[in-house]
Amino acid sequence: MTKTKPRWLTILDVVTVIFLVAASALVFLYAPTEKTMGDVQRVFYFHVSVGWTGMLGFLFALIAGIMYLRSHDHKWDIAELAGIEIGLVFMLINIVTGSIWAYPAWNTWWTWDPRLTTATIMELAYAAYLMLRSGIEDPERRARFGAVYAIIAFISVPLTFFSIRLWNTIHPVVIGSNDPGATGAFNMSPRMTQTFMFSLLTFSIVFVDLFWHRYRLGRLADEVETRKLKLVE
Amino acid sequence: MDVTPNTVSYMIMGYAVIFGVMAIYLVSLLVRFRNLRQDEKTLDELEKKE
Repeated sequence: MTKTKPRWLTILDVVTVIFLVAASALVFLYAPTEKTMGDVQRVFYFHVSVGWTGMLGFLFALIAGIMYLRSHDHKWDIAELAGIEIGLVFMLINIVTGSIWAYPAWNTWWTWDPRLTTATIMELAYAAYLMLRSGIEDPERRARFGAVYAIIAFISVPLTFFSIRLWNTIHPVVIGSNDPGATGAFNMSPRMTQTFMFSLLTFSIVFVDLFWHRYRLGRLADEVETRKLKLVE
Repeated sequence: MDVTPNTVSYMIMGYAVIFGVMAIYLVSLLVRFRNLRQDEKTLDELEKKE
């Protein structure tokens, strides 16, 4: 791994910050205030976007897991860990912001609705990945275990995504038709749709930027671990 | 006519969580990078001694 930070990564950092500032400006200054929920509806733009970023992280981990089992190349193990770590952080934000939105919309911080339940199961499944992985010392075994786990745990991602379309739920559906029992659903105006789409794009860029940083960190950690093992021998 | 409720405090709470957790994660990345660079330096010195 090169010790100096790649020029393209620095450019990506700058682009990411610009997009985040622009997305925030759209959320607070451009998007109109929703009439029945008020300003808390603005949480929706980033709430959905961070959920998308989290699932993207788990998808990357699935692909990396498959690639590791096929090639046994350690770089895929590093990529898989990076995807899961970022996925966990963003899904945590998604769950907490959802709860904050839920209180004024549903009059409760939490309910065991299918979407909330499946999202919690998904978060816990990937949190367990980190804990179990850290308990394995042999790097080869650790990577093999991680790859298999990342593939199996991914079942929870489509389950979470489609839960609001498969079961009766009070959680609103953003794209597609809502369950009649959904509470807090709203029709998006053109300005709301533009803000939402831009937020999704912004958080996709945030993901790529963070993934690159986390991958570099993983490569460095791997190098240090290998050198330590050599010294001990 | 329905009155739009005042839910600004919940919006602020939501965005504080979003930017707060992201900031904590960024700091954790920076700290881990710094610690690994330190480990690298220590390993360089130990390898030189050998």
